[in-house]
Amino acid sequence: MTNVWAVALKELRQIRRDRRTLLILLFIPGFFLFLYGYALNFDIRHVPLAVQDRDQSPESRALAASFVQSTYFDLVAAVTTDAEAVALMDRDDIRALLVVPEDFSRRLKRGEAAEVQVILNGDNANTATTVMGYVNAILADASVRLGPTSSQALVGAAPRIWYNPELRSTLFLVPGLIAYIATITAVVSTALSIVREKELGTMEQVRMAPISTTAFVLGKTLPYLILSQASAMIVIVAAMLLFGLPMRGDWFSLSVVVALFLVGALGTGLLVSTMSDTQQIALQTALLIAFLPTFMLSGFIFPIASMPAPLQYITAIVPARYFLIALRGVVLKGLDLGALWQPLLALVAFAVAVLGLSAVRLARR
Amino acid sequence: MRGRIATLMWKEFLELRQTPRLLALILVAPLLQLTLLGYAATTDVKHVPVVVVDGDRTARSRQLIERFRASPHFEVVAEESAPGGVDRYLETGRAWLAVIVPPGLEAALERGEPANRREVQILADGTDANSSGVALAYASGLIGEFNAGIAAERGGRAPAIDGRVRVWFNPQLESKDFMVPGVLALLLLVITANLSSMAIVRERELGTLEQLNVTPLGRWELILGKLLPYALVGFIDVVLVVALAVYWFEVPFRGDLFTLLVGGIAYLLCTLGLGLFVSTVSSTQQQAMMTATFFFLVPMVYLSGFIFPIENMPRMIQWLTTLIPLRYFLVIVRGVFLKGVGFEVLWPQFAALTTWGVVVLGLAAMRSRKRA
Repeated sequence: MTNVWAVALKELRQIRRDRRTLLILLFIPGFFLFLYGYALNFDIRHVPLAVQDRDQSPESRALAASFVQSTYFDLVAAVTTDAEAVALMDRDDIRALLVVPEDFSRRLKRGEAAEVQVILNGDNANTATTVMGYVNAILADASVRLGPTSSQALVGAAPRIWYNPELRSTLFLVPGLIAYIATITAVVSTALSIVREKELGTMEQVRMAPISTTAFVLGKTLPYLILSQASAMIVIVAAMLLFGLPMRGDWFSLSVVVALFLVGALGTGLLVSTMSDTQQIALQTALLIAFLPTFMLSGFIFPIASMPAPLQYITAIVPARYFLIALRGVVLKGLDLGALWQPLLALVAFAVAVLGLSAVRLARR
Repeated sequence: MRGRIATLMWKEFLELRQTPRLLALILVAPLLQLTLLGYAATTDVKHVPVVVVDGDRTARSRQLIERFRASPHFEVVAEESAPGGVDRYLETGRAWLAVIVPPGLEAALERGEPANRREVQILADGTDANSSGVALAYASGLIGEFNAGIAAERGGRAPAIDGRVRVWFNPQLESKDFMVPGVLALLLLVITANLSSMAIVRERELGTLEQLNVTPLGRWELILGKLLPYALVGFIDVVLVVALAVYWFEVPFRGDLFTLLVGGIAYLLCTLGLGLFVSTVSSTQQQAMMTATFFFLVPMVYLSGFIFPIENMPRMIQWLTTLIPLRYFLVIVRGVFLKGVGFEVLWPQFAALTTWGVVVLGLAAMRSRKRA
């Protein structure tokens, strides 16, 4: 036990002395919190729209107005020629164009189908698909309101949103952020701190010292476990104060969830360190096997249900996926550990697997 | 002079070759990122799990639920008999959306009863705000179509407004067409900036920079000899990614290669200059890596419009993004690939990249003289 303490103390000193790394460890959570709190969101609103109104009737203006009133679109230009519209689209000044033909109101009044054209800039397919959904909803709605059937009894939709009624993306990105930060502090720092000893040749000294492998590993990882746990909690508290993140569950469940994920992350860091001889390779490997999957395959930003089937299977071995379910469950839904046994079990299984694997690799040397 | 640079470049290549694992990473990383970004990076919402409660059990209500079943955006995973039954689906995440049809809907529709009697309730799990928002828009679109259907039955007419939505530049709305060209810009940044940031620091850390300083190499010779190998590595990655994008991912390439290559050179000025700059402000490789990755690369990736649209950001941050070279190169790459536009549209981006590159290279060169 004293050996573990001695190694941990040495590691803490090294962390404190390396100002830049310490700064990075502090800078990252702050930067991302700021980013996800203020800068990044997929809430697609204010899509710049141009209208080419060849009809100029009260009906055509009402149609254009229903686009603006939806708050999804901002009317930025009224164009008269196709060439004007093309130029605006090429320069990205507009991302949507509504073309109302000359006979729009006449056909509406006669009860015929009045055709309108909506052109979308599809270069960002993700946004465009969403915008297309909005367009169809607006047109279907306007069709009923402006058409001859406007006074009919039809089905109304009463949407209600649980857990996050304003659909603020911050509330769901912040839990993802914690997974991200934990990956950086736990996986990357652990891997680098062990590989550094190898690269600088001080590993030999450690090996000659009367310290068991277990004590060495524990001493190396404990400081990062504590640091990561602390920074995760700080991020949650900061998000509660700054962005109104609710904390609906209890803190004990939260700490357990975070700790289980961190043990797995430290195990991954250990595994990376057994595979690398230089810090350069350790960083690249960590980015590749821990950072990228956490970002891409955890459901953090991109919904897993929309991925092709083979990739969906791969996400099953990404621990961040289960961490996010558990974390969002505790923070936003107020669930307790019992209701989350499935993702928690997966986290435990992952931690045991990586720790076992790196123990085998460490023992072989 | 040319001979000296060539020697230095050769030495740099030899060093790269001695770390085969790094070489493998340089080749594997692009492939992995392409696959992930090409296939996984879609924020579109498909197969949203839905639980339905049909309290009405009439032909009308079944018609409505059938629309959800038929839509590619939704997947009806369960049917419950009472509204209270949906709670546990939303809690555990087994369903993201619950559609609850009230009893007596068909009758209310026929008799024209007050609006609150013919309301279909849609409950959404808002924890994934983005997906829920999109799914809700799809759901209200479905109900709108359903209403249009009813109106048509009654009036015997087609829906009043016939919307024809056309999508330019990417008619099939493939997210890979958007992401894969972006990977090109990202990879060049990650590989060239990261590797070049370590090139000079490594010499300093190992103490061999002194030896280089006593050789008759000029400052620019040293910089060129150090940077050109990485420019070459970057170019190999460009060719690899463009070939894969066109032949494997079948991303349309509508512009001309020349514009793209000129843009690539301007962009390499920036990324290599950035790497060199990081090199001059770091004293160990670890510092250089961490500084390059976390102070420059990660913020740039997030704020460049690579994934998160710039137009969604607050005004202040949008100004900040004008400082990011990746942003301009992304516009060039996507413009050339998808829109087929050339210098006449993209000249502001070319100008911005070149200015950025010259400034950062100059800054780095100035600093490296003071340190060396």
